[in-house]
Amino acid sequence: MTSADQTTNGETAACVTAFESFSKTSGSPDWLKDLRTNGISHFTELGFPKQNQEEWVFTSTKLIQELDFIPALASAGASPDLAPFLFKDLTGPRLVFVDGHLSHGLSELPTLPDGVLITNLASAIETHGDLVKAHLAHYAKTDGSGFSALNTAFIQDGAFVFLPKGRTVDQPIHLIFVATDGDANTINLRNLIVAEENSEAKIIESFCSAGEQAVFTNVVTEIAVAASARVEHCKFQEQNRESFHVATIQAQLERNCHFTSHSISTGSRIARNDINLTMTGEHVECVMNGLYLVGDQQHVDHHTMADHAMPNCDSHEYYHGILGDESRGVFNGKIFVREDAQKTDAKQSSRAILMSDKATLNAKPQLEIYADDVKCTHGATVGQLNNEAIFYCRSRGIDEADARRLLTHAFAGEVIERISIPAVREHLEKIIWDRLEELIED
Amino acid sequence: MSKQLIEIKNLSANINGKEILKGINLTVNEGEVHAIMGPNGSGKSTLGYVLAGREGYEVTGGEILYRGKDLVEMAPEERAREGLFLAFQYPVEIPGVNNTYFLRAAYNEQRKHRGEEEMDAVDFLAVVREKMKLLELPDAMMKRSVNEGFSGGEKKRNEIFQMAVLDPKLSILDETDSGLDIDALKIVATGVNRLKSPTNASIVITHYQRLLNYIVPDYVHVLFDGRIIKSGGKELALQLEEKGYDWITGKETVAAR
Repeated sequence: MTSADQTTNGETAACVTAFESFSKTSGSPDWLKDLRTNGISHFTELGFPKQNQEEWVFTSTKLIQELDFIPALASAGASPDLAPFLFKDLTGPRLVFVDGHLSHGLSELPTLPDGVLITNLASAIETHGDLVKAHLAHYAKTDGSGFSALNTAFIQDGAFVFLPKGRTVDQPIHLIFVATDGDANTINLRNLIVAEENSEAKIIESFCSAGEQAVFTNVVTEIAVAASARVEHCKFQEQNRESFHVATIQAQLERNCHFTSHSISTGSRIARNDINLTMTGEHVECVMNGLYLVGDQQHVDHHTMADHAMPNCDSHEYYHGILGDESRGVFNGKIFVREDAQKTDAKQSSRAILMSDKATLNAKPQLEIYADDVKCTHGATVGQLNNEAIFYCRSRGIDEADARRLLTHAFAGEVIERISIPAVREHLEKIIWDRLEELIED
Repeated sequence: MSKQLIEIKNLSANINGKEILKGINLTVNEGEVHAIMGPNGSGKSTLGYVLAGREGYEVTGGEILYRGKDLVEMAPEERAREGLFLAFQYPVEIPGVNNTYFLRAAYNEQRKHRGEEEMDAVDFLAVVREKMKLLELPDAMMKRSVNEGFSGGEKKRNEIFQMAVLDPKLSILDETDSGLDIDALKIVATGVNRLKSPTNASIVITHYQRLLNYIVPDYVHVLFDGRIIKSGGKELALQLEEKGYDWITGKETVAAR
């Protein structure tokens, strides 16, 4: 694993070459060009993350580097069948991105409340340039990792959701990102969600594959939640098991706002999620809720951060993992409580069930507390299903395989239940049930 | 003559290589209530677990015939489907599994086993409602996860409630009285008594005579050091209450304790 982790120009060269032709062809405003140039220069400097870096100790990016970098710079016009990816009974606004570019034909936009924008970033840059400029790349750090730098270099399209002051979008907004088989193998997505004061919305991001090929998706979602706004963000990743998925969610949370992040990860060969919540005002209430369910040789990594920069904020985190076969999981949960953040209430719980002897989990809670009047708790467990509970089920006539199914499903269900959208819960229930069938042997 | 339900012949059993049961003989017929009493560590709960088929409890000798079949060869779930029920001393909490859902799954396993059609949620609710009255269970308990956050008394009532719904041929009640106040004890005992029929039977495992004021046994057996050392009618329980276990085990306990 170590030899490939040396940075060489060779690894970044393909990306730099692709960037050069990309920057020549795209007619964009100067501020965006500068942003991209800044991205590529950070990427050249940082390269792909290496396992000698603290944040990447357990996750090798070797396989991602081995994939020749061929970005999908323009829509190939594919129109995949969406049926498997739609949530039954979900009829709200829907944006569909095929290989990183908005598909007008597949998207659906009902009439929206005054001033609300649900569109793609590429159009918003043209029609609402100043608004986009005021927020884009203001929250996520371009030099956070080689991946975020690379993402910034190739900013082109993604979803843009803008909720003006006091506006509520009643129906959940569904953003679907589909990868198809084609010449390109890399999808770059940049999403921006801006919720002004007192606004409210529920946003679902679904990542899925219509094809079988190995595709690398690199996505950054920035979310700005202003005072007293309420945002529920649900990310669901079920890309094919050859794929690579690297995602950053960066949320800035202002006073009195409510923010919930759900991350459900069942797909991809390697999936890495960085979810960072920064509380920049008092009385923020935020939740990080996650479930990963993997088998084969899948590798899933969640790095989360609750950054308590201000007093009187609550952050509650619940992550459950189910790992079968030879899969590997990583959970790294950081809680920062800065000097001023008195009366912080931060809870973190990470639990995982290993369904096979060969599955592994590396779990690391990381608490850094600089204030003295705070409540911070964390707990991490890794283990097998409770044998007593299995026997209890069997003593009531339920056979062992069904008992395992029941208990594992219940374990996953605890996370699913925290999602407030019934259509999402129902869809996930089914997917998780099917996935468990693969992991549990009769 | 009532039919023989279970016949335990010279049963010995180990846990982790340690011999706990050392030659138990016991026959239970339909319509009978047997009490098994004995001091702590005598092997009472082990007998319950061996009958239910818990892993790690190894039968090393003798045999158990249950409704004419070799019980030891049967998986725990098969035993349950054949009508054997163990009310746990410490019922297990199962977070995230709804109490009604769990019970319906168990109920339908038995129906499938008998070649009957599975019952849907609506019809099952009717069965549940009737049995809930018997044990004075609050509605809310059925909406909660199995045993999760239940008080000790609620857990025991839930066990007897499951028993009422599953309607077993042979029930084994393991220390069902422990942790119950007198009101809960009466509710549980009333439930058990109402479920009694000429075609089923119970084995009531208890340390104290108290429960036997409410569930009147036909036979009382004293288990000590892995053997039944005395059997008698219900009056034996009263004698034990009065004189203590030393009355029977006296000369051994001086050295053992």
